[in-house]
Amino acid sequence: MTPTPDLSARIGSLSLRNPVMVASGTFGYGPEYAELVDLERLGAIVVKGICLEPTRGNPPPRTVETPSGLINAIGLPGPGLEGFVREYLPFLRSVPTPVIVNIWGRTVEEYGEVAARLDATDGVHALEINVSCPNIREGSHAFGVRLDSFRRVVETVRARASKPIIPKLAPNVSDIAAFARAAEECGADAISLINSVPAMAVDIETRRPKLANVIGGLTGPAIHPIAVKLVWEAAGAVRIPTIAMGGIVSPADAIEFLIVGAAAVAVGTATFVEPRTAHAVVDGIREYLVRHGLRSVAELTGSLRTGRDPCGG
Amino acid sequence: MRLENSTVIEQFADQGDYRRLVLHAPAIAPEVRPGQFVHMRLPAPADAILRRPFSVFRTHADMLEILYKPLGRGTRAMQRLSRGDAVGLLGPLGNGFPMPSPVTVPALVAGGYGMAALYLLARAVRRAGIVFVGGATASDILCVPEFKALGWEVRIATEDGSLGVRGLVTAPLDAWLAADLGDRRPELFACGPNPMLRAVGDRAIAGGWRAWLSVDRSMGCGVGACLTCVQKVRDPAAPDGWTWARVCREGPVFECRDIVWEDGE
Ligand SMILES: Cc1cc2nc3c(=O)[nH]c(=O)nc-3n(C[C@H](O)[C@H](O)[C@H](O)COP(=O)(O)O)c2cc1C
Ligand code: FES
Repeated sequence: MTPTPDLSARIGSLSLRNPVMVASGTFGYGPEYAELVDLERLGAIVVKGICLEPTRGNPPPRTVETPSGLINAIGLPGPGLEGFVREYLPFLRSVPTPVIVNIWGRTVEEYGEVAARLDATDGVHALEINVSCPNIREGSHAFGVRLDSFRRVVETVRARASKPIIPKLAPNVSDIAAFARAAEECGADAISLINSVPAMAVDIETRRPKLANVIGGLTGPAIHPIAVKLVWEAAGAVRIPTIAMGGIVSPADAIEFLIVGAAAVAVGTATFVEPRTAHAVVDGIREYLVRHGLRSVAELTGSLRTGRDPCGG
Repeated sequence: MRLENSTVIEQFADQGDYRRLVLHAPAIAPEVRPGQFVHMRLPAPADAILRRPFSVFRTHADMLEILYKPLGRGTRAMQRLSRGDAVGLLGPLGNGFPMPSPVTVPALVAGGYGMAALYLLARAVRRAGIVFVGGATASDILCVPEFKALGWEVRIATEDGSLGVRGLVTAPLDAWLAADLGDRRPELFACGPNPMLRAVGDRAIAGGWRAWLSVDRSMGCGVGACLTCVQKVRDPAAPDGWTWARVCREGPVFECRDIVWEDGE
């Protein structure tokens, strides 16, 4: 008999019972899915993006379905930091699963302030830094698509927080490895990727954009192969762990991410379709490890067999 | 709220392009309250990934019936479902309609297949009321025999005059409010397009009655997590007096005074 494989994962000082989380913005703040999903079987809960003050987000339509995908321009509505701590954290503290809070700000200082305050808050185990949401911009660019502003955000958050910090990388950059390395150099404990891919859809009869915000971010199965390539490049550039997301629907999609270098994964859009996808992914990873005679997730991480150097086609 | 693998008992054509789908859903069907909905996993095409929300037309023991019109890619694929096919259901979802106050005359107002969302309410009310239904043409006027079988009076309007009075559903509603009501108080329950809901709400506000409006918004998760389905509602504590409510959680039914309509709605 093969022993039960070790499914645990480490993100800085944080240890997870399994490597499968739920992605920010696709799981609310925890209670929304509590009737359907066994929260104690999740590796971690990553909550919807939080900034200092309450925000309203964009007008509807906020999402549109496209072939094998979903474009969203929710626009980061939320209860603000105090609202989150008051309304949701008591519930989350009662769940024995690590809570990763996705944070954002309109300025570098705001990122630092949210980080400092959550660092001092019980029940928050790590911070994921959302610099890559297509719906937040500094001037005309998201913070996460320019190396200089990306560095400033990560350095500022690092200076103000001792809990693990996880910058979340944007997919729409020319050199993802450079962002991964910058995150590591600025003291990040892990990186996560990918955020949604900037996208747009038009109603050809009315010639109007299908989203009130005109543009949004594509997620779901449509972006999975893009994410696999970016995770491979980013994870290969750093020693800190990589949390991979983008279009996971089945255990195979998650295993693909682990093989190209991810230490953990997050399920996003698929939860809307099948709320228990994360559970199925955990079960599928375990079964795969047994079938391949592997003792741990760590043995699978970065085990891609390539006969040649990466140079594309 | 539950996840259930239901099976198709039967599917058949109703009038015009409308269809009825009858599912065996022993976990969900008995829990459905009037005005609630289910979020359905479509069989195909595989690239239409999201679930689709449907009002529950009626339930009977373990059976749950949906009335729909194939419009988009997803609902067109639903037409191919036949006896024995598996259908993933999530539900029941949403707040549903409150029961009418015992001192009011329940008046239901439907546009097209909005009728489907109102039948369970009519069945649950222990006294007969009146239903106003409007549509583009005669084949859009659905479920009339079902409401009549409950003893409800049905008044019809079609835009082309092919059935009932010519015009919008507000025409027979206004006539009834002006002439037949006497000193009784109506309580309005409506499901249909936004301009219709708004018109019903305006009448309720003018008359000092309550109107419960079931709002239709496109949805993602159906459980309150994705924040797709928002509707502007009054909130005196919020800036400018409004906030977003999630139609899938706080709705789909709102009292007309709580809704803040946008221009053109
Ligand atoms: C409706 C929706 C809301 C999201 N909100 C956030 C957010 O607040 N912060 C963030 O960093 N990412 C957000 N994301 C991105 C996801 O966390 C994830 O990176 C992306 O969806 C890719 O994974 P998927 O293809 O499995 O959905 C959101 C995605 C969706 C679909
Ligand atoms: S459909 Fe996701 S919040 Fe309502």
